[in-house]
Amino acid sequence: MPESSPSFAALKRQFAMSEPCSDARGRFALGCPTIDTALGGGLARGRLHEVFAAQEEDGASTAGFALMLALRACDAGETIFWIRQEAGARIAGRIHAPGLAELGADPRRILFADTPDEAATLRAAADALRSPVIGAVLIAPWGKAPMLDLTASRRLTLAAEQSGVTAILLRGAVEPPPSAATSRWRVSAAPSIPLEADAPGHPAFMVDLLRHRSGLSASGWRLEWDRDRLAFRAPPLSVALAPLAAERRADAERRFG
Amino acid sequence: MRSGASDERQAERPPIVFVEKQANAMRISAVTPGAAALGLTPGLSLADARARVPDLLAIDRDHGAERRLLGRIAAACIRYTPMVAAEPPDGLVLDISGCTHPYGDEAGLTADLSRRLKREGIAHRAAIAATPEAARALARFGSSQAERVEAAGRSVSLSTLRQAQGEYGRVEALKALPVAALEAAPEVELALRRAGLKTIGDLAARPRAMLAARFGDLPIRLARLLEEEDRRITPDRPLPAIAAVRRFAEPIARMDHALSVLGELVAETGVALEARGQGGRRFEARFFRSDGAVRALAVETGRPARDPAMLMRLFRERIEGLRDPIDPGFGFDLIRLDIARADPMAADQPGFDEPARIAEETDALIDRLATRMGRGRLRRAAPRESHIPERATLSVDPAAGIPAWRAPMPGEPPLRPLHIFDPPQPVEVMAEVPDGAPKWFRWRGRDYVTLRSEGPERIAAEWWRRRKNQGLIRDYYRVEDVSGRRFWLFRSGLYGEQEALPRWYLHGLFA
Repeated sequence: MPESSPSFAALKRQFAMSEPCSDARGRFALGCPTIDTALGGGLARGRLHEVFAAQEEDGASTAGFALMLALRACDAGETIFWIRQEAGARIAGRIHAPGLAELGADPRRILFADTPDEAATLRAAADALRSPVIGAVLIAPWGKAPMLDLTASRRLTLAAEQSGVTAILLRGAVEPPPSAATSRWRVSAAPSIPLEADAPGHPAFMVDLLRHRSGLSASGWRLEWDRDRLAFRAPPLSVALAPLAAERRADAERRFG
Repeated sequence: MRSGASDERQAERPPIVFVEKQANAMRISAVTPGAAALGLTPGLSLADARARVPDLLAIDRDHGAERRLLGRIAAACIRYTPMVAAEPPDGLVLDISGCTHPYGDEAGLTADLSRRLKREGIAHRAAIAATPEAARALARFGSSQAERVEAAGRSVSLSTLRQAQGEYGRVEALKALPVAALEAAPEVELALRRAGLKTIGDLAARPRAMLAARFGDLPIRLARLLEEEDRRITPDRPLPAIAAVRRFAEPIARMDHALSVLGELVAETGVALEARGQGGRRFEARFFRSDGAVRALAVETGRPARDPAMLMRLFRERIEGLRDPIDPGFGFDLIRLDIARADPMAADQPGFDEPARIAEETDALIDRLATRMGRGRLRRAAPRESHIPERATLSVDPAAGIPAWRAPMPGEPPLRPLHIFDPPQPVEVMAEVPDGAPKWFRWRGRDYVTLRSEGPERIAAEWWRRRKNQGLIRDYYRVEDVSGRRFWLFRSGLYGEQEALPRWYLHGLFA
């Protein structure tokens, strides 16, 4: 319908103007210029962002990335509320507080809630999101989480919008269901840049932006976490070749070792 | 349980006895009135009893169930006084000093209690005296005025007491009790009877010094029984700091009405708390149903509180979060609110202090969630002095103060994992002997090829925690596999020295 297209374009413009950045607390940058420019200055505060693991084994990396997003989203010293379904702790391991400190998150800032089931997880999340004094809420249901449908994600988004608290939904390696989230990421572990003596380096990820409300096309980045600055950074290009070479060497070792 | 020989209701068919294994034989340990009328008494062996009464119904005696029943009755008695102590297996002591006015006098209270117990079919005897021992003796050994109700083999003897001067009639009744009422050792009782001292009165007439020389603590027991010396009871529940009660002539059957009454009680106790300069930390509401059932609800707060609106919100949360909702049945006839714990609290001052306001609101959120989920589900992590990784964290109440965590060294990669397994997960590992890093490992049925590694970081066992086995040294390795996943593995023990073939474990996952 050609006659409808001008109004459609106007509508689109209107939407673009009312998009996330319009709220008071604005956006939070990830700290890495390439990704921040692509995102138009960062991710929206007071919205729901989803983080999925590429594979079950990437669970720890995904949790790390979600925590880092939460750290970026809130001001220094603000409480991060980490709601975790108990089943997750049994299978994927407990959260280790010294490990949080190693990622730059002071464990004193983090408030944990162990929820018995999915319903309790969502309910606690909705409650926590209504409290504007919380910096960010990390919601980690376990498994397929069938109750977490479009309606549930809308409810979370609404609560986040009203209070301005950023919600980060941490999921496993599941098929992303339809949701009202502002952005959706898929995370996998990436080979780190080795330190001296070939020691594993800083946390590195391969992140794919699967979806974004403002219509960004899907794209992927390689990121490294800089704990001292509490920011992401792009790893130096030259090292991007390292895993290939290393893989070859590992292959050789497998063959001869 | 005791038997009542004279009972006209012989309706129960067949007679019931409760049996228990004693000295390798099944013996009767309690009987119903019907069975007692047939001459069955506790102590008789079941085989003998069956020979006499072939259609006997024998049930295993369940002491746990009896204790629970007694506990339920004790909980229901809180409607009269907070000072309730259970005396297992079948006694209750209530300190009713100053608690009788809603019932007129002590007799009115006892009548109300008896009426309720009778309605539940619980056989009991009640007595009022100035000391717990005297009341107990009158209830258990008194014969004349003690009321006796028997039904269905369940019986509880109740003693109530009052802190008032003994009346002449009661002293006479006490003196008429047999010496068994002293509940002294059997040989003492036997010796007294042999000496011709049959009643408490006989004993009271003797010089106490002689009794002490012969029987040790007997004069103390006597003094307590004769209301000469008082011993306070220790209630089953700690006494609340503040309590408020509402009684209803007509039971209220609607929950929202009951809640509005609870709101009044909360406001009432709030005023009392403010007068004391305190705030409550634990609030316990009890709803007493007219049929004797009691439903208790507790709400805890992280910091002292007395704001009625906030507390009522917590109570509503608590009620919403209940798995089985409160059923008013035929209605509540009493609602009670106890402030079980109170702490000093400064007078309200609207805060200009931003961090304090944030802390306060965070605590309010924690209270709200804790009310629904249980306080144990909300935690913060506190550091603990231990090198053993799984012991290095203490999970504490979110309102607790936490000492600072050690900050990581700038520039270093994370040396501790984000996720940790407790207990560590066993893995198959291929590594150089004796202290090489893992080259390959298999975990949960999947193979991982190691690309980079760092280690070992040696963590010795805490030998002072174990008595015999010193525990094994752990050598930790940080490894990264070919796809970039980072793991924390350790070898438990040293090759050859501590273990012939040390085992390997996966302890954590890095981000």
